Amino acid sequence: MRRCILPLLLLSLLLPPAFAGSAPAVHEFTLDNGLKLLVREDHRAPVVVSQIWYKVGSSYEHDGITGISHVLEHMMFKGTEKYPAGEFSRIISENGGRENAFTGKDYTAYFQQLEKSRLEVSFRLEADRMRNLLLPEDEFRKEVRVVMEERRLRTEDDPEALTYEQFMATAFVSSPYGHPVIGWMDDLENLTIEDLRRWYRRWYAPNNATVVVVGDVDPQAVYALASKHFGPLKPSTLIPPKPRHEIPQRGLRRITVKAPAQLPYLLMGYKVPVLKTAAEDWEPYALEVLAGVLDGGDSARLARELVRGRQIAASAGAGYSLTARQDDLLLLDGTPAPGHDIQTLKAALRDQIRRLREEPVSPAELARVKAQVVANDVYQKDSVFYQAMVLGILETVGLDWRLADEYVDRIRAVTAEQIQAVARKYLTDDRLTIAVLEPLPLAAPESGAGRHGAGSPGGGPHGH
Amino acid sequence: MFQTRSQTIARRPCLRSFFFCARPAPAVLAFLILSLLLGSAALATPSIQHWTTQNGARVYFVAAPELPMVDVQFIFDAGSARDGGHPGVALLTSALLDQGAGELDADAIAERLESVGARLSTSSHRDMAVISLRSLTEAQLLEPALEVLELVLGQPTFPQAALERERKRMQVALQAQAQSPGDLAEKAFFAALYGEHPYASPPLGTEESLARLTREDVLRHHGRYYVARNALVAIVGALDRKAAEALAARLAGALPEGAKAPPLPPVRPLDQPVTRHIDHPSTQTHVRMGQPGMKRGDPDYFPLYVGNHVLGGSGLVSRISEEIREKRGLAYSAYSYFMPMRELGPYTLGLQTRNDQTEEALAVLRRTLKEFVAEGPSEEELRASKRNITGGFPLRLSSNAKIASNLAMIGFYELPLDYLETFNSRVEAVTREQIVAAFQRRIHPERMVTITVGGGAALAQPERSGTGNGNR
Repeated sequence: MRRCILPLLLLSLLLPPAFAGSAPAVHEFTLDNGLKLLVREDHRAPVVVSQIWYKVGSSYEHDGITGISHVLEHMMFKGTEKYPAGEFSRIISENGGRENAFTGKDYTAYFQQLEKSRLEVSFRLEADRMRNLLLPEDEFRKEVRVVMEERRLRTEDDPEALTYEQFMATAFVSSPYGHPVIGWMDDLENLTIEDLRRWYRRWYAPNNATVVVVGDVDPQAVYALASKHFGPLKPSTLIPPKPRHEIPQRGLRRITVKAPAQLPYLLMGYKVPVLKTAAEDWEPYALEVLAGVLDGGDSARLARELVRGRQIAASAGAGYSLTARQDDLLLLDGTPAPGHDIQTLKAALRDQIRRLREEPVSPAELARVKAQVVANDVYQKDSVFYQAMVLGILETVGLDWRLADEYVDRIRAVTAEQIQAVARKYLTDDRLTIAVLEPLPLAAPESGAGRHGAGSPGGGPHGH
Repeated sequence: MFQTRSQTIARRPCLRSFFFCARPAPAVLAFLILSLLLGSAALATPSIQHWTTQNGARVYFVAAPELPMVDVQFIFDAGSARDGGHPGVALLTSALLDQGAGELDADAIAERLESVGARLSTSSHRDMAVISLRSLTEAQLLEPALEVLELVLGQPTFPQAALERERKRMQVALQAQAQSPGDLAEKAFFAALYGEHPYASPPLGTEESLARLTREDVLRHHGRYYVARNALVAIVGALDRKAAEALAARLAGALPEGAKAPPLPPVRPLDQPVTRHIDHPSTQTHVRMGQPGMKRGDPDYFPLYVGNHVLGGSGLVSRISEEIREKRGLAYSAYSYFMPMRELGPYTLGLQTRNDQTEEALAVLRRTLKEFVAEGPSEEELRASKRNITGGFPLRLSSNAKIASNLAMIGFYELPLDYLETFNSRVEAVTREQIVAAFQRRIHPERMVTITVGGGAALAQPERSGTGNGNR
């Protein structure tokens, strides 16, 4: 029940990332109805992963219906005329498959992992639910309660997640990145089945989808299967979302979040461009390496200097994702070590940023970050799922999947001067938002004696 | 990796979840646990080579020539079950291994590894303590990584300053547990399930035990358990047998021969139900229910595993998920799973639900379990589960990382080398009658531990212990 269910993006954030490098070629097809198909062969094991990516996610939503993309993702398992509620999962399961779906800011994706001969099962079912979802009212009533439980589990009862949510809402004013993927509770409570039907009709169409298949397959055969199942689907007239660019920030923003907790927590974010928005196309790669200099392993600056050296932080991290659809944040976060407070940690993290602005990164550090990127590029080929994921994200945010193959070379080309330049340009106080979690007592005062105390000072129950 | 909670002291915070899923983690988790051991008669399984080094370390090797990389894992019977009255010592020892070795300090170790793109990690579970290296196989990259691993295995220095730092970080991790209702439930569940058994020893230790741990405790733990005869080596990667033998001999050669850890005591069954509630200001109540379950290599392994797949182990199509989530919308995640260990690992049923729905959800969970134990699966359910397990077999071995996990499991628990090859046929052979008999013999809904954590800030009437309180 760890926080990160699919820590795939985190891999690309926290370990200096690597996309695909010199991977086997990707075969690209486009059906007449606009559906895009990407196929990459990997013959190491007789398996296949099939993912379908829709260009819709929380950043396509407006106020009042936040969370609707994710609720719709849940409802996609609730039946069509041909395959009533529950049938989709049952059929995949009987075929030995694993499946799930996920919603992010910029995409909604569904996937199945199967023994290779069963790919058609996935295509038949996905094609059916792309256009024929029933969205029954009674199923919606139950499922939206499930999503509210999910929100309680992941956000309401997790003080750091709660801090992150309010932090994002503070950092972004006019950009849709300010509201949570799972949606505000109040919006979930007021969502209607009609809202969902409209959302489904608007976004679920072959010309708004990309199918990615990686595994022990023949690309031409996959294309034939895709044509058979997805080919007959009618395209829609798509109305693109409004741009909703973030307004320029004018000065540092700070917030405090109070929640029952034992540990304080600090989150800092600087507004930065991404591949899709950067004025200079090297900038996102320089920011990526910059994040690696801070947090690319135990030899990187945060672990070496703040956790081990000065022992100010019990943990500290930095992250950046260059594949967002709009300007995003370079994040820093941390928990102070015992005996140190948030102020000390914050000062130390800001010193780290200042140093990046003032001094070029040493050649040895730069070489280490790059060595890890090169190695990770090989390691990530151990996972067909990850390979598919990278292609899907790039295509879905409106970038070219070929960027995956350029990634290693682009990272290798980053210089110390470029890192310093992006630090000077973007890591400035005027672009900064800071959130601090201020712990409230965990124990309800009236709750009782004799109880192994969730609130016992510094303790937590160990029940002996 | 091998058991649900891999304990490492969080090296870095998790920078928030970026997306939300239709299916919950526990199902995935259960999958991961159960996924470690599946095999098939019909499909090719990797050819496992096995030998023992001169000083007694057992080696399991699979050649995977496709990618220029190798995974090497050393697994010691040195998890928290070996804390021996010093809760936390196993994890502290594990966390310190790469904080100083030979002439190198933590900075130098990290630098040497990361400058060749290698990844070294240490973790400690209840049964196992694991040291993993992933490296490229190009000689000038692999060699420096192996040199570091050799030092970490043979000459860790356990610097006092690093010990003090890691002790503090474990204290912080304890505080993080105390603010998480799920972690609190898990911890209380193990404590109630295992009483005085070594499996009750909390991997992170306790506030008191952490304060008392000394360098001598760490040295004693390390000296006793991090030895060749108590080690299992799993290697998967682009090496041939000869290179793998040389690599294993060299690395294991860094370890003293020592002796295998003694057997753990058997786990006593619960003789009465235990109910415990912990107040927590959360909006949901986390429920954990269960009892000691089964061992690796258990004679009832197959009927229990396949039966539970129907009951709560197959994600959204399982009975528990159907009753709790699909029919009633009571929880995002509701599940059951066995975690087979050296001795009886837990059988766990769980869910989280809005505080005011706790009683309803618990009643449904209990009723679903009771009905299943009484009647078992239908023939149709059994058939569907078998199809899922056997049809999905290739997914269990589809990466080097997954193959390495299987080797570790087979090797550590000394399962037969044909375990993967025969797995599917043994699943196919399970009958409805065997499942009913095994569940009725082994699973006792009337004598379970039930932990609830939650209630919110203003819990009106906290439910108190049923029969018995706390531990046996």
